[in-house]
Amino acid sequence: MARKDDRIEHLLRRAGFGGSPDEVAELAQIGYHAAVDLLVFYEQAPDDVDARIGVPGHAGVTTRGQFSPDTSITDARQRWLFRMVHSRRPLQEKMALFWHHHFATAYQKIADTYGGPIATRMLSATDAYNGTRSSPPGQIEQFRHGALGSFYDLLVGVARDPAMLVWLDGRLNVRGTPQENFAREVMELFTMGIRPSDTAPNNYTEDDVKAAARVFTGWNLNVGARGLNNVNDPVVGYNYLYRPERHDTASKTFSFDIYPGGGRTITSSGEQEGLDFLLACCRHPQTGPRLARKLYGFFVSELQPAPASFVERIANTFYSTNFDMRRVVLQVLLSQEFQDESNYYTRYAWPVEFVVKSIKETGWAGLSVDSALTPMLAMGQTLFEPPDVNGWETGPGWFSTGGMLARMNFAATLTQNQRFNLREAARPSKGSPESVLSHTLERLSPMPFDSPPYNELLGYLRAGTNWTGSDAELLAKAAGVAHLVLASPQYQFV
Amino acid sequence: MTSNRRQFIKGGVAAFTVSFAAPAFLSDIARAQGARARNLVVLYLSGGNDALSMVVPYGNAGYYQRRPTIAVPAGSVLQVGTDAGGTTVGLHPRLTGLKQVFDAGRLALVQRSGYPNSSRSHFLGTDIWSTADPANPSGPGWLGRYLELLPQPLDPLTGWNTVRETPRTLLSRFVGVPAIPDPRTYAFSSPNTGNEALYARQAATRIASHVPVDRPHLSFVSGTARAAFDTLDRVASVAQYVPTVTYPNTGLGSALRAVAGSMVRGIGTRVFWVQTGGFDTHASQNPNQENGAYYRLMATMDDALLAFYTDMRNQGLLNDTLVLQFSEFGRRVYENGSQGTDHGSASSMMLLGGGVNGGLYGTAPDLRDTPGNPTLESSNGDVRYQTDFRSVYARVLDNWLGANSQAVLDGDFRNPGLTFL
Repeated sequence: MARKDDRIEHLLRRAGFGGSPDEVAELAQIGYHAAVDLLVFYEQAPDDVDARIGVPGHAGVTTRGQFSPDTSITDARQRWLFRMVHSRRPLQEKMALFWHHHFATAYQKIADTYGGPIATRMLSATDAYNGTRSSPPGQIEQFRHGALGSFYDLLVGVARDPAMLVWLDGRLNVRGTPQENFAREVMELFTMGIRPSDTAPNNYTEDDVKAAARVFTGWNLNVGARGLNNVNDPVVGYNYLYRPERHDTASKTFSFDIYPGGGRTITSSGEQEGLDFLLACCRHPQTGPRLARKLYGFFVSELQPAPASFVERIANTFYSTNFDMRRVVLQVLLSQEFQDESNYYTRYAWPVEFVVKSIKETGWAGLSVDSALTPMLAMGQTLFEPPDVNGWETGPGWFSTGGMLARMNFAATLTQNQRFNLREAARPSKGSPESVLSHTLERLSPMPFDSPPYNELLGYLRAGTNWTGSDAELLAKAAGVAHLVLASPQYQFV
Repeated sequence: MTSNRRQFIKGGVAAFTVSFAAPAFLSDIARAQGARARNLVVLYLSGGNDALSMVVPYGNAGYYQRRPTIAVPAGSVLQVGTDAGGTTVGLHPRLTGLKQVFDAGRLALVQRSGYPNSSRSHFLGTDIWSTADPANPSGPGWLGRYLELLPQPLDPLTGWNTVRETPRTLLSRFVGVPAIPDPRTYAFSSPNTGNEALYARQAATRIASHVPVDRPHLSFVSGTARAAFDTLDRVASVAQYVPTVTYPNTGLGSALRAVAGSMVRGIGTRVFWVQTGGFDTHASQNPNQENGAYYRLMATMDDALLAFYTDMRNQGLLNDTLVLQFSEFGRRVYENGSQGTDHGSASSMMLLGGGVNGGLYGTAPDLRDTPGNPTLESSNGDVRYQTDFRSVYARVLDNWLGANSQAVLDGDFRNPGLTFL
């Protein structure tokens, strides 16, 4: 079971959530390029993960009444964690997470407006649970469905997404009293950005924000079905509706090109104006580079800015393929930069990555993913609850003292829960502290330890005992040393 | 701005070793300094506070003309007098606690504080208020620079951040500030008990203390872990603090309770960060009803601040306490079609504490849509700033923290008219 393919492990950490020992072995057999192919063209792999929830041999979920990820946000979080642990399409889940961070939408505001069950449906309604009924699929289902689709399609979907229409107040954007919230963020955060650097001029003006707000007047919400007319009534559903009578028909001119060739005044009318504007945002010369830099930080490295040549290549592919994210991400994963060994373990693990990878590598028999939800709050990442529309503060931003303690303490909970499994797995290596440590490091795949911290791990295994490999000793030490590895600074990188 | 921010932190990590941990004896020095150290508590209202609903210029006719459905009626405001411009001003009706503090002369309100060409972006705006440097808002924070200028190495609890992310205000090139959202859960656990748990803590502490010079990102995370171990025991002592009042069961209430505990225990912390959110009131702002969004925001702030103020007074520590409140921008003068307000520019800052000369500083805007109105900008849609927020920071640095504002702020922002300290 020795791990022998560093490049496959790197690929699984970045394009997925790490690999269980079996998954690593499976992909190592087919080789790097075939593995990338399998991850990117994920339709080759079965889409059976929801059906495996509750099936023995998997991590558990904790049910409170019926398991209802379409109406209970806690269950929606459990379902997503389960999918990250067990999906055979890990890159699809990884990209869904990327888009969730990019188009960051938070549950609480929607729940404050429409109640918890409807807010949950807006975020995660799916045919897998009770059907979508009178509402479209939840936002996260859109991100899964379009995980590697066209960025333009995704952007249009987001502009019409009920959760987004509540989150950034598009539902209230009407002629005469436009709402600027979505109009501003679609430029500042979803596409071109304010400006590429502090010294560069701004990509758009305050007048552009006002004009864009008018473009989207009438892009509102509609009650698809009325049940008991109660916010907690799961029959009530909301969908997007364009209301021509609420659209501001006056002319809109921008400081950047709306049409190829230089037209800066919108020439279409009605709902088409918004589509023209979103396409212009995709085409904007700063959108491709900005996404390329973001993908570099997400997939390749956070230790240095993306090299100019990388940004140029990825941005070119973005534009030349009509914003096809599958081609873009494929190119990232096949790039020299991605495969460069010096970029292994140069990404600060997000709390959700840390949690899922540690479960996949430690084991899950008898573990409920529910046990990770409160610790994740303390680590600074609650799924469906990014702190604001800018998403999470990633990289070193994850690592406060309180957040680090929360990681160490989740590791303690996990290894305590898995201690019998850890002892069984360590039994063939019980001969010496050295062999137990070597087994543990192979299983958990942290960034390599230098000899001083390595010796501290060994020192822990030796502490208080003349090593015999007895059952009692192995029970304490196998869990204890696994905890120390998961809690180590070295493990906080992917 | 995310990428810039990351680049700064990365650059910072690469260029310096963050010295989270100081030798253990410094803890004793901090303790010896005792409970008499002055403390600055920065309160951030996140989302862009609609200051016109908090410090209401009810004597100005424009206020009611431009906010037909969301204005606070003149009869409901808590009157605090007439400002230097002759406008009668009142606090939001839910701010009954702050009204008591105002009447005690310990609350200063700085109207129309801001800066030229105010950003309407949450993120750029927050970065500008945090760095006090509109030209280079991706750099370290103003209090991060203050910490850098103190004699090094610093005790790791010189700063105390009560939220999970390090706010840019406290970001420094080489001083780390611990994040302690709740002292009661700030502890280290182990899968085993007894001696095994003890060995685990010892081993984890030693693993974190190895500094790999060739991998600054790893040493950054190690430094964070080390700072956690270095602060665990002292923070545990704060967790046992029994306050003299009951704090509200809110995030802000717990945070201020922890601040009070730290001050009473004499931990030696100089700078605290607390925040409360939800101020991005684009819709259904409703400041006038108990269940209204803005009303609840005021309730959260007022209840927590009153509890903290009272606790500090009871502990005899009020004269060592200063709360400084800010937000990334004020909101639009006129309401939008959703009974809310969009992003605007200047707003009000508050200062509260035993050393504060309370009262009204600066003058309210004239909100009437009249040609050439000097108190408004962007076609009379936004409030034009009158007091540069950096001059408020300068006063706090010079007259409260005993620092040199010109060194910290890299410029002379002193304003002799700001006599609140």
